[in-house]
Amino acid sequence: MSDNPSLRTPSQRIAWTATIAISSLVFIFLIAPILAIMPLSFSSGSYLTYPLPGFSWRWYDDFINSPRWMNSLKNSMIIGVASTLLSMVLGTLAALGLSQWQSRFKPLVLAFVLSPVVVPGVITAVGLYFFFAPIGLTGSYLGLILAHTALATPFVVITVGATLQSFDTNLARAAASLGASPLHAFRRVILPRILPGLASGALFAFATSFDEVVIVLFMAGPEQRTLPREMFSGIRENISPTITAAAVILTTVSVILLATMEALRRRNERLKGGG
Amino acid sequence: MTEALLTGADAKPEVPLKRRLKRAERARQVKALALVLPLLVFLLFTFAGPIAGMLWRAVDDREVRQVLPQTVAALADWDGKDLPNETAYAALASDILAARAAGTIAIAAKRLNYAQNGFRTILTSTARNLKAAPEPGTARETLGKINSAWRERTTWTTIKDAGGPITGFYLLAALDLMRNADGAIVTAPPDQAIYRDVFARTFVISLSVTILCLMLGFPVAYLLATLPPERSNLLMIFVLLPFWTSLLVRTCAWIVLLQSKGVVNDGLHWLGVIDEPLRLIYNRFGVCVAMTHVLLPFMILPLYSSMKAISPAYMRAAASLGAPPATAFLRIYLPQTLPGIGAGSLLVFILALGYYITPALVGGAADQMISYFIALYTTETANWGLASALGAVLLLATILLAAVYGKLVQGQPVTGGMKN
Repeated sequence: MSDNPSLRTPSQRIAWTATIAISSLVFIFLIAPILAIMPLSFSSGSYLTYPLPGFSWRWYDDFINSPRWMNSLKNSMIIGVASTLLSMVLGTLAALGLSQWQSRFKPLVLAFVLSPVVVPGVITAVGLYFFFAPIGLTGSYLGLILAHTALATPFVVITVGATLQSFDTNLARAAASLGASPLHAFRRVILPRILPGLASGALFAFATSFDEVVIVLFMAGPEQRTLPREMFSGIRENISPTITAAAVILTTVSVILLATMEALRRRNERLKGGG
Repeated sequence: MTEALLTGADAKPEVPLKRRLKRAERARQVKALALVLPLLVFLLFTFAGPIAGMLWRAVDDREVRQVLPQTVAALADWDGKDLPNETAYAALASDILAARAAGTIAIAAKRLNYAQNGFRTILTSTARNLKAAPEPGTARETLGKINSAWRERTTWTTIKDAGGPITGFYLLAALDLMRNADGAIVTAPPDQAIYRDVFARTFVISLSVTILCLMLGFPVAYLLATLPPERSNLLMIFVLLPFWTSLLVRTCAWIVLLQSKGVVNDGLHWLGVIDEPLRLIYNRFGVCVAMTHVLLPFMILPLYSSMKAISPAYMRAAASLGAPPATAFLRIYLPQTLPGIGAGSLLVFILALGYYITPALVGGAADQMISYFIALYTTETANWGLASALGAVLLLATILLAAVYGKLVQGQPVTGGMKN
């Protein structure tokens, strides 16, 4: 409470205490559900209730020995990595172009490029379903990779664009005046500076694809089912503890992504602070 | 070097420096645009094209025209006041025979059945019982004998209305409207009118979730913006971790927590608060709780960044001028958070409007939102026209709200509100 310097009157102190109390409850609301299902995946019983009858790895064994679950994990990885790579290329190029392009149409183009984030997933999915079915792209990895790339690229454009905004263009000019070719200047001067931005863009892109389920629901055949898609049918049919094991695996991936993101942000702040 | 530059400039005295600079600038702009182009082309193929295709399907109406081409042509100059003439009957008989041979009757029957319940039976029974082309001049009599529906004027107006090539039928149906036999737009009969309810429900759920998010998110954002950075950064993890956790994991977590033998009911029972398990899931309550949980970070993050930008000097100034804390908060602090409140609320509302997965998994039949029906008509019943028309309405609402959102956050960093 001593953090807040403006707590002079009793009513202010009450208001601040209330803020802390309400916020704590909201934090519990946000975190508790995610934490609550984790221990259940280590239960030796097959009911999703507390108290746990005992500890066991049986549901993880179940996951690892199930071709269905393992195939879905593999699919999530393949589609996630491929759409991340593709969206990095398209998104970085576009962000570089948009940072130099000056036109009154720029806000319009930017809105178009970012629109896949805002348009409801079902609309994109239905449109793609109609569009890709006649050309044989439904029920294929390629179709899913293309669709996920469209959803993920806006995040790359945003993060790389934000990094470019803070990039000092004089450095590129200096490189050019010292005789560097544009490609050389990009590789040796621009790229190292925007690398953290590229990395966060890649993380966003991967997380977007890894988490996506609506498009997969419409477009994937039985062979291309991803981990979230498998969870969706699992939840629909019957919630077995194997699903909680899958949830723990998915959450672990999220935590790794978040931790990497935080590390990048901290590093970036340190660099800015030092400069 | 300077000499070279000078001679270079002298060599082309007819091109003034200004124009050369302009030309260089133009070349730079073209190069910049060329970098954006691959993404634009890509999105055209994987995003804009498919959505345009969906919008086209909302008005496309060629099934009947393809299956019954002569009938549609014969009805083109029918005034619709009386029964059509013998030519139209003969055309229909010939079309039905051709369609039966080609196996395409079901396509037209399905479309006509949307417009008039029971039309499928009329068409299939006629196709079954029409042995051969009727003698010239007897088509009306023959068809009327097979099915008396061919003596009704409305049967023929239904075919004429469905003759395409484009139609407002699906868009009207998406708004619970239809054309009556005289072509006037009227409200659909109550047993077919469900979409206004669905849209109202989608709106009410989205609004409830937005209000819940604002009520829960405001104190948290205020706390995070007021605490010193070392502490708020730590607490921020409580917001960011759920944000990065898979939607499926979070939805699954709520089912596990709220089901009748779930953690919450068990806990309440153990505490002696309840005897019978409460029904917390597969109803509106479950949908609102799970959606609020999923969307809360989208409220907290923009609120936090708008509050972070408010200088504490304002509040100190208000206090030094004698404003009581509550007045200072209401008159000085709150108005400055309004852009953040607006941006956060709009973002949550827009995202909630299109929700599909969470209501589908934790909602009951009466809690399904518009996206559920779009998905249902696309994959289950294959009524693609209606699915597309409902999608067009949802898309329009989203675009309008997103345009308002764009105006609100103009000048703020683009990342405001998105994963930061």
